[in-house]
Amino acid sequence: MEEGIVLTMRGICKSFPGVKALSNVDFTLRRGEIHALMGENGAGKSTLIKVLTGVYAKDAGEIRIEGIEDAISIRSPQEAQNYGISTVYQEITLCPNLTVAENMFIGRTPGRSVDWKGMEKKAGALLDSLGIPARPKQQLGSCSLAVQQMVAIARAVDTECKVLILDEPTSSLDDKEVAMLFRLMRELKARGVGIVFVTHFLEQVYEVSDRITVLRNGELVGEYEVEKLPQVELVAKMIGKELEGLSDIKRRSAVAGGAEDVVYEAEMLSSTECRPFDFHIGKGEVNGFTGLLGSGRSESVRAIFGADPVTGGRVKVDGKSVKVQKPYDAMRQGIGYLPEDRKRDGIIADLSVRENIILAYQVMKGMGHPLSRAQAEAFADEYIQALDIKTASTDTPLGSLSGGNQQKVILARWLLTHPKYLILDEPTRGIDVGTKTEIQRLVLKLAEEGMSVTFISSEIEEMLRTCSRLIVMRDRNIVGELTGNELTQERVMHTIAGGGKEDE
Amino acid sequence: MNNADKTLSVRRREPLTDTQLLLTITICIFVGMYVLAMMIWGGGFKKPQMLFDMLNDNAYLIIISCGLTIVMITGSIDISVGGVTALVAMVGVMILNGNLGLFGGLQAALGLSDQWRIVFAFVMSLLIGLAFGLVQGYLIAHLEIQPFIITLAGMFFARGMITIVSVDPQKAPQSLMDILQTRIEIPWLGSPNKKGVMIPARMEIGVVIALVIVVLVFLLLRKHRLGRSFYAVGGNRQSALMLGVNVRKTRFMAHLLCGFLSGIAGFVFMMHTGAGNATNATAAEMNAIASSIIGGTLLTGGVGNVIGTFFGVLTLSTIKSIVTTSGLRDPWWQSITTGAMLCFFILLQSLVLMRRGKKKSSK
Repeated sequence: MEEGIVLTMRGICKSFPGVKALSNVDFTLRRGEIHALMGENGAGKSTLIKVLTGVYAKDAGEIRIEGIEDAISIRSPQEAQNYGISTVYQEITLCPNLTVAENMFIGRTPGRSVDWKGMEKKAGALLDSLGIPARPKQQLGSCSLAVQQMVAIARAVDTECKVLILDEPTSSLDDKEVAMLFRLMRELKARGVGIVFVTHFLEQVYEVSDRITVLRNGELVGEYEVEKLPQVELVAKMIGKELEGLSDIKRRSAVAGGAEDVVYEAEMLSSTECRPFDFHIGKGEVNGFTGLLGSGRSESVRAIFGADPVTGGRVKVDGKSVKVQKPYDAMRQGIGYLPEDRKRDGIIADLSVRENIILAYQVMKGMGHPLSRAQAEAFADEYIQALDIKTASTDTPLGSLSGGNQQKVILARWLLTHPKYLILDEPTRGIDVGTKTEIQRLVLKLAEEGMSVTFISSEIEEMLRTCSRLIVMRDRNIVGELTGNELTQERVMHTIAGGGKEDE
Repeated sequence: MNNADKTLSVRRREPLTDTQLLLTITICIFVGMYVLAMMIWGGGFKKPQMLFDMLNDNAYLIIISCGLTIVMITGSIDISVGGVTALVAMVGVMILNGNLGLFGGLQAALGLSDQWRIVFAFVMSLLIGLAFGLVQGYLIAHLEIQPFIITLAGMFFARGMITIVSVDPQKAPQSLMDILQTRIEIPWLGSPNKKGVMIPARMEIGVVIALVIVVLVFLLLRKHRLGRSFYAVGGNRQSALMLGVNVRKTRFMAHLLCGFLSGIAGFVFMMHTGAGNATNATAAEMNAIASSIIGGTLLTGGVGNVIGTFFGVLTLSTIKSIVTTSGLRDPWWQSITTGAMLCFFILLQSLVLMRRGKKKSSK
């Protein structure tokens, strides 16, 4: 093994039934470096991490670690730990009811009796040397999340660790806490620990990392030194489009929203999941939120619909101030929302197609006025025809339909309420190409008929084809708004990467 | 952190953990209540014997509650404990009488003397308790079945078994009961009776057993790796697994211990009453749960302490004594006040913990 390298993974392959999660991926970690592992969701980052920590068994490839002659096979997290590979997960995996010291030592101290004094002394020394602001006797639950995370890191580091994997460690921390964590990471780096840093915050990668490995669709895109990879190129590599030769895709001219008849307007709207933002949409306008996954685009539209608890802001519908605190409020204002996670928030798999279609309409009518069977049947038939939903009958349980048809049923559910404003969060994800274009066409048709639509998709081309205005988000903030001629893939990517400075 | 801050933080006393905080509340309330009772009703409450009577009557409940506290700390529950206690008491009395079916014959064949019968009854108590703990623990920890359901089944099973062992209430022979009900006399805690003669305070052997168990369980929970694993599993089962705790074994051991302690409790119950009856220790599981909760054990797991549980049992029985002393002799008044106190404690606990949570998040 080469000098200074702690870990190499060569030709790693991993398949799940129907999916090739990793194919032929290489990864090299040097001693004392912070190595960012980047890629969009589903790129294979977590699968690679799980192979490395022994949660998944690899199908092919070899893993070597410093100090051991042969290739090693890791069969469980415990074994990974024995090889010196420690992981700190996004959610804190410590016990909040125990003390800090106990959390650092439980489960890995020999002997039957607990030596409190010795344990607290050792813990105190380690916390001090790493500059972690926690006291050994303190109950862990009384520490802030950031400190809890650092205690988890301290525990990991104490187990003779050569490789430290930090899986999205910053996602629930504020700026000050992130700075604290980075200080700790640099300290560990100075001690020669190789750190794998998984995150979707681009700026954080550039702040602490030495090297970046980019994955896309389970394949290795490449390994780069941070200085040699500008942010915009990183985004291009993650999304999989080369900057050169990006042709401006002809988009259908969507109906431009007239500024005079704003249908929905929000000022400093915020929810428990998203930061305050301003937003408006005109009658017949199609706009969209774009940004990398995790940039806060879904959280923003969820706030508009009241799907997450709203914490502040003013909302006007048709110029009148209204309160939208929960989905029912939004529905009464004529807002519909097709959720991103169809399985969790959208379909009710055991109810029939008919019952799923009339659900929102029935709620609007009130539970005291049930739809008659004949009416429900008529509505269901109408939309099954209109949207060309392929189902055996209106009585078929929705769970037995294909993903695309399920999505159309949810769409039908909202169209039946005749909303003024429809929010579609990833309506085309996981459905076949034919249905995708159908849905895009439908969105444009609805807009022509005067409905306002907010459209979110991971595929930028799709957004460019349908939206007349794009709101660009990065790291949970709106960083730009693109209209007209600015609607090119290159511009979007520049803005995501932080190139569109004039917008800031 | 500059130097001044650092020395400050070293010198400052660590804020109490949730467990310690709830324990402190319990002890304060118990002492306050008892002192208040002494001041208002005087009489009986001023005599140490009052306290010893409470201990004598509740020794078995203290032992059951210790087991239940362990189980509750791991975030589980066991409601079969009362049934197991009653079953053990019945079997014990039958053995002392020498008429427990097959066992009776065995005893006759071996020609066991009286003292050996007691030993035999004790061993059987432990075995029955262990058997319940073993089966329930296996089903809960390894097959991951809901503990409530399993132990509910265990409760019905145990209560049913009592009737199979004997339909009629049984009474242990007086000769053996004299041995079992030996009382330890503590002269310096005695008090004069109406004629002015000093009567020493009397404590049953069962109380000694109960106190030893409280201390042992306390040490287990505080000093032993298994004890700390109970807390870890109750705090967050998934995390405990990731931290390298053997979650299955830990949960299994908790239920095994709880069953074992119910067995001992059954024997202590028999020592106190000398009677086997299908309605013995009725609702003991509920009193034990109430005592644990009053003692600061959270039903959600991860927080609790047997010292608190011990005071929980005493608090509960003090409340009952106060109710009786103050003239409300109808039995329902005890239930009503117990219910009200339980409610009060839970409310107090959640208020205190909520305030803590707020302080933390605003920090």
